[in-house]
Amino acid sequence: MELIRSIRLKNVRSQFWPKLKKACFNLIRWVLILGICYIIIYPLLTKISSSFMSQRDLFDKTVQWIPRFFTFDNYTMVFEQLKYPEAFLNSFILALLVSLLQLFSCTLIGYGFARFDFKGKRLLFGLVIFTLIVPPQMIMIPMYLNFRYFTLFGLIPGGINLLGTFWPFILTSITGTGLKNGLFIFIMRQFFKGMPRGLEEAAYVDGAGPLRTFFKIMLPGAIPALVIVFLFSFVWQWNDFFLTNIYLGNETVLPMMLHGLKYNVEAVLDQPISTQYASLLNNTGSLMFMAPLLLLYAFMQKYFVESIERTGLVG
Amino acid sequence: MKIRQRLKISLATKKSLIGYLFVLPFVIGFILFFLYPFIQSVIFSLSELKIVPDGYILEYVQFKNYNHALFINAKFSRVFMETLLRMLADVPLIIFFSLFAAMLLNQKFRGRLLVRTIFFLPVIMGAGVVLAMERVDYMTQILQSGQDVQGGFLSAAYLRSFLLQLKIPEAGLEYIITVVGRIPEIIRASGIQILIFLAGLQSIPPSLFEASRVEGATQWENFWFIILPLISPLILTNIVYTIIDSFTAAHNELLGLIRDTAFGGAGYGVSTAMANIYFLAIAVILAISIAIISKWVFYHE
Repeated sequence: MELIRSIRLKNVRSQFWPKLKKACFNLIRWVLILGICYIIIYPLLTKISSSFMSQRDLFDKTVQWIPRFFTFDNYTMVFEQLKYPEAFLNSFILALLVSLLQLFSCTLIGYGFARFDFKGKRLLFGLVIFTLIVPPQMIMIPMYLNFRYFTLFGLIPGGINLLGTFWPFILTSITGTGLKNGLFIFIMRQFFKGMPRGLEEAAYVDGAGPLRTFFKIMLPGAIPALVIVFLFSFVWQWNDFFLTNIYLGNETVLPMMLHGLKYNVEAVLDQPISTQYASLLNNTGSLMFMAPLLLLYAFMQKYFVESIERTGLVG
Repeated sequence: MKIRQRLKISLATKKSLIGYLFVLPFVIGFILFFLYPFIQSVIFSLSELKIVPDGYILEYVQFKNYNHALFINAKFSRVFMETLLRMLADVPLIIFFSLFAAMLLNQKFRGRLLVRTIFFLPVIMGAGVVLAMERVDYMTQILQSGQDVQGGFLSAAYLRSFLLQLKIPEAGLEYIITVVGRIPEIIRASGIQILIFLAGLQSIPPSLFEASRVEGATQWENFWFIILPLISPLILTNIVYTIIDSFTAAHNELLGLIRDTAFGGAGYGVSTAMANIYFLAIAVILAISIAIISKWVFYHE
């Protein structure tokens, strides 16, 4: 009897410590996770809360998160001053156009690097990586001037002004030299390299040409990588301020309208506005700017998170 | 026999021609929209650029623009050093944090998908015009200083007294306070890096962990002898990515200065000179860090 009891006690004890250890680990883990999550969504919460505040709330020390004078005025004001429908449509068309073109060109280029052997392939691929390392800021002014007086090496007499149009974006996108396109080429190349060669060989034996093989066999198999490239391309184009500022500085596109929001409001009210009020408007504007992306992310997050792992990005 | 050989060669040639065809768009784009402007930027930085009615003219001025950028412009060298130092301080922190976060996300727990969704939010939000505007935003500053007054989670004053009680030397103290103050920024700059590390962690074959369990290895040993060597190439990738990312971030103060110099400051020439100096510095930093780290990187093929 004694013996059995002591064994039982020992059993309980030996389970107790590992269990406590595990519980502690769990606790620490959740504290960390929740803390990090809080820091990440904190700016979003600030924006949401302040977008509903009226100016009086700003000077009220007791108002921290929940506005006392709840209002939609900020939204109506910003909606008008951003020319939201028009700016949204322009930005959306631009981002969609750019991301589709980049998807198309980077996929083709990546496939060329992954599956064909030709002279100078290593050098060319090195150049792809090089374009990734050189920041667009370095070639900003030549690019600006080249598109301002676009002659295509003197082929177009007199030159035409492509600034203020989508052409700079279109031209760089179809040639795989747009924003971070080196990364997309790299992702597609890695993915195609990871696909079994047997697939294409079977298609070649059946008499399909390289293009047909590419579109009918390889593309359907590359959907996870295509989704990733498309999403990144769309998101980066949407968020881009640098190139948009240079090429489309005076156009009605969301980043530019958001940037000039304060001045537009001042022009309409015909008086300078306080920093506090400008902050309310900017937060509301930022929220409206991000809303489409957040929506896209909510629908696509499964692809976004899961397919990174399947793209062989790191393989 | 001969015919067959000729056919084989022509097939190989044909395939390589098709390969060229696939990468042709990039070759064109590289020459037109990268190499040509790249060379131009070097020429511009050595010239004075004047806009005339039907284009622009260049006047060779040697190193005048570089001289202007480095010694005459009041802000450039200060902002330049600050930007570089901040980047050097941030890179290790971002790498540590993103590796840590990736390992956290790689564990199995309830609500993992939701947590991942939140962790990758900065990839969507943390860029461009929104972040640039936050920098100067009144509301954000108020809320942060409000936290300070109340002695909240990230309060500098509170942290300082806590660390003083621990008898941490003055120099280390300042460092810790700065690091803690930068935590939000570090976290928000780590989205892509976490993604890359996470993908790397998931590509480690489970058989390795099984073998190490049989041998009786602890989690700690697992980390040092399995995980770290296998993801060391990704550490290099992430360092390079982080450096480039901070270089091109829209809220980078130096880039703002370069842009302002071009459009409404000392002109295109000085601005390109500044950009080239900055690029050169980054290239040197990249080269040094790649040289140091790649010695230590482990490739298992």
